[in-house]
Amino acid sequence: MAQSSTGSGPGAAGHAVSRRGLLRAAGIGAGALAVPGLAAACSSDSGSGGTTKGGGSSSKITFGSNYSDPAPKQAFASLISASKSKTGVTTKINTTDHNTFQNNITSYLQGTPDDLATWFAGYRMQYFANQGLLDPIDDVWDKIGDNFPDVAKNLSKGVDGHYYLVPIYNYPWVVHYNKSTFASKGYEVPKDWDAFIALCKQMKKDKMVPLAFADKDLWPALGMFDILNMRINGYDYHMKLMQNKAAYTDKEVTKVFDQWRELMPYLQSGANGRIWQDAAKTLEAKKAGMMFQGTNQVAAQYVTDKKDIKDLDFFAYPAINPSFGQDYMDAPADGFIMPKKAKNTAGAKKVLEYIGTKEAEIAYLKYDQWDVGLAKDLVAPTYNDIQKKSAQMIAQQKAVAQFGDRDTDPAMATALEQAIQKFIGEPTPGMISTIQQSLAKQAKSIFNG
Amino acid sequence: MASTVNDASPAVAQAPKRRRRRLGRLTKKEILVVLGMLAIPVVVDLAFVWGPALASVVLSFFRWSGVGGLHPRACRPSGGLIQDNGCFTGVDNYHRAATNYPPFWPAVEHNVLWLLVFIVIATPLGMLFAVVIDRGIKGSRIYQSVLFLPVMLSLALIGIIWEFIYSPNYGLINTVIGHNQDNNLIDWLGNPHLNLWAVLVAATWRQAGYVMVLYLAGLKAADPALREAAQVDGANAWQTFWRVIFPTLRPINIVIIVVTVIESLRAFDLVYIINKGSNGLELLSVLVTNNIVGETSQVGFGSALGVVLLVISLIPISIFLYQNFKRKEGR
Repeated sequence: MAQSSTGSGPGAAGHAVSRRGLLRAAGIGAGALAVPGLAAACSSDSGSGGTTKGGGSSSKITFGSNYSDPAPKQAFASLISASKSKTGVTTKINTTDHNTFQNNITSYLQGTPDDLATWFAGYRMQYFANQGLLDPIDDVWDKIGDNFPDVAKNLSKGVDGHYYLVPIYNYPWVVHYNKSTFASKGYEVPKDWDAFIALCKQMKKDKMVPLAFADKDLWPALGMFDILNMRINGYDYHMKLMQNKAAYTDKEVTKVFDQWRELMPYLQSGANGRIWQDAAKTLEAKKAGMMFQGTNQVAAQYVTDKKDIKDLDFFAYPAINPSFGQDYMDAPADGFIMPKKAKNTAGAKKVLEYIGTKEAEIAYLKYDQWDVGLAKDLVAPTYNDIQKKSAQMIAQQKAVAQFGDRDTDPAMATALEQAIQKFIGEPTPGMISTIQQSLAKQAKSIFNG
Repeated sequence: MASTVNDASPAVAQAPKRRRRRLGRLTKKEILVVLGMLAIPVVVDLAFVWGPALASVVLSFFRWSGVGGLHPRACRPSGGLIQDNGCFTGVDNYHRAATNYPPFWPAVEHNVLWLLVFIVIATPLGMLFAVVIDRGIKGSRIYQSVLFLPVMLSLALIGIIWEFIYSPNYGLINTVIGHNQDNNLIDWLGNPHLNLWAVLVAATWRQAGYVMVLYLAGLKAADPALREAAQVDGANAWQTFWRVIFPTLRPINIVIIVVTVIESLRAFDLVYIINKGSNGLELLSVLVTNNIVGETSQVGFGSALGVVLLVISLIPISIFLYQNFKRKEGR
């Protein structure tokens, strides 16, 4: 029954094949669906097969990009121009606004997709791979595998164990603060929960908001849920919960919300009505002492607002349960996929092989001051202190999660986000038990309906 | 066609004969043109209105992510992370919406509240504006333009404008009344007991202008002789409006009722801009969108919600059409 979530066992693959085979027999959507085994077989010989598919034009591909904001757009352009001089493949970039791109991904992949496209690691990629909309790229990974640590390899695999993604960068979810604030007030970086709460109390005394906080966009507070769950119950339990192998009514989940309740007086009030950019601004203005969010947001906001990024620093979320310490965190990775319907697979794979190298990541990071590459031992020459520390910290983790809305079914992530907003509005034990029951019930219909 | 019917009505017995003769007088070319002019709107209507509506009804009985095809077999439980797809679930989607989808009932409630606020506040307000401006007060053109301005802005833009006004730390209202500090701020858009009303103020701001323009057009068309006659008969301004002018505005009133119902059912942009319609701002239209548009959509479930919205909007439309046709027949 759990075939789709583990998927690594041989029996699991067999099950999937028979189900798919049945669909093919029914003659419906046979073209769009592909047996994973067959797909792998196709791709293994597509070194030669790709050229025929491309019709001799293997030097030209199109790349669907959702890097529509100026900074990542520039970074991406830098990557592509470097790729051209290295591989000889001319790449035409088709940029779409990132929200539009994400909302249309289903029809995009089934229609006439580009040869390559930007996408995310985790369940968000596995979901599409599992429906046969992505081409496995195991042969690319045969060549680039040595460039990456195991963490990056695992992020790039579908539930069937084949590779479907080449990652480009990731970033950590950590507690940000201003060095100047900590220096002038003599604060110290808290290592565990008690020190953290004591620091929050002190900041409150010093007339500061201890933790800038915003959740109008629904997703930011999910990061708080993730980290508390990983700190209290560990990575394995967190992933079990995300994959519907644990229930939201578990006492583990109650513990997460109880811990969060303890922190509530130190979180910026009115979070449900605030966008995270405004919360970051309170940190920039030094009205807030700390802020828990991805560097991809906070550091990028410092750059956008032309604030002093050298004053910005961060620490890993304090330990709560000593048996897990500070071993885990959310470190979402973005990367590139090859749609099943890609035309020039040979050219696309050449580009992917280039992207999966250290120098490609360096080319990208030239214009990016907040993300870090995933290649082994990479220290890009353009790294600032934030990036250096991010890379080190991510490398120290025993495991990294992607993010609440990347690790589970989107409908479930939405339900959880809405429940968290309710909790933020009314952080009481009664509310916690109400939302736990409601979440468990919704999980049942979302996953088993 | 309408004129044919009207001409025929005095002599009902002769009508079929006359009509046949008239049709017979049409040349082949004319018949083709008539057929063409009928066929094109019918085809467009079927293709873009009834086709999708029926498709939604059919889809609402399936569990489908939008990938692959639909299969005429019942869904199997998956138990894992990746679910059975494109299979028949019967009324499960409806059952889930009603019993196991927390935003559903709040959304229905908010849609009703939206409608009530439009009927009780926005429409009378617009009517008041129209009457005052129609009396020709000083600077009426300026008032007219100012009040009509929001109607010309898209609702998405209105959402952004009001976000600036309501924003907790940097917003206009909280800054002016000195409630922008974290210990005393009023969370206009984040407090679920407050945000719907805050948004309704924004929606009313626009709707009142819309209603005003419609009424102004009606008032301008009202025969001034009626008003003079009423005044000669000694009616005061209040009586003149309610007893004499208002009844002549009947066609406009019906248009306004329809517009109000439609606007409150299709309310979407404002709340979607603000927080994607969650946390106290749930609306049916948003729930449909959230489930159908998106990375991994639940087309079947979203369609079921869409069908609920369709049924709700069919009620006022049917009443309106019934009333309208009944009146025509009665004439």
